[in-house]
Amino acid sequence: MAERRRRVRTFEWSTAVIALTSIVAGTIVYLRDGSDKALAILTSDLWLFTGMLPKMAAGCLIAAFVTRLLPREVVARVVGGESGFVGILVAMVMGAVLPGGPLTIYPVAGAFLLLGADIGTAVAFITAWNLLGYNRALIWELPFFGPEFVAWRIVIALPLPIIAGLLARAAARLVARRWGGDDQWT
Amino acid sequence: MDLITVVSIVIGTLLWLLVGTLALTAAIRSKALFREGAYEGGRDFVVLIPRVLIGVIGSGYIAAVMPQDLITTWIGPGSGVLGIVIAALCGAATPGGAVVGFAVGAAALKGGAGAPQVIAYTTAWSLYTIQRLFNWEIHMMAPRVVWLRAAVSIPLPILAGIAAMLIGKP
Repeated sequence: MAERRRRVRTFEWSTAVIALTSIVAGTIVYLRDGSDKALAILTSDLWLFTGMLPKMAAGCLIAAFVTRLLPREVVARVVGGESGFVGILVAMVMGAVLPGGPLTIYPVAGAFLLLGADIGTAVAFITAWNLLGYNRALIWELPFFGPEFVAWRIVIALPLPIIAGLLARAAARLVARRWGGDDQWT
Repeated sequence: MDLITVVSIVIGTLLWLLVGTLALTAAIRSKALFREGAYEGGRDFVVLIPRVLIGVIGSGYIAAVMPQDLITTWIGPGSGVLGIVIAALCGAATPGGAVVGFAVGAAALKGGAGAPQVIAYTTAWSLYTIQRLFNWEIHMMAPRVVWLRAAVSIPLPILAGIAAMLIGKP
């Protein structure tokens, strides 16, 4: 648990693939529709991107400071000690607040289970991290989709971690009753 | 100024107030903590700019060359629940990191896909991209926890898509 959140790597295959695809697509647009159209696409997207830069920067800084001020051990302890519906709500808030990549999130969720939280809590946490995390919303989603789309997407996603947590709890109970075994999900 | 602009400015201000508060809290604890945080946040930002930029610009060009008829037919605004399910399946099948998921989603939206369908796509991509389940999650958590989580997540993108369709936003 001592290791810090995954550093952002300077090179990534995904980016290289998208860059290559974009160059091919851009060339096709240029040859097919001419330079005016190619330039229009470039500038319209660049405008949205530039407008989102301050929020992206804020997202990066918030993530860096939260990582230092809110240690993962504390999150694990707070959520691990909760249970019931409150446990799911606390897990949801923590999942939305805790920054970092999968290397951070999955071990924290695993720690909840070890500390005695039930499977619903861990599932609500991972779901909230995926869907409500400000990190991904500010840095990635905003420059791609713009504020209105992202805001509605998040509003719609608000109940989903709770639904996932309750479903997981019910499913775990069902599995235990049907096939036996204990309620341990660690 | 329309409502969205106002909300956007308010959120931007709140975010930077939060940055200020966190930075101050860190600085009070120790100067090193503040320096580390500011450095790492700044560094991540600088590293991410070109990556996001490539994706954002790329999505515009990819949208322009995608077969618009095909997209509108399968996942267009009129494709309904079936389109939402198709989009969710595409999200599960998309490999790669954040830049791929968001560039494809944004390209689809610009290329004629419906907003509920794109929401289903990004939600599915976030929750259960098959590649991520096998590359990350299965190694870091007990396999049955991973399967249970994936199983209960299956309906979520479809619920999100239907909710977007019902409220008619975004």
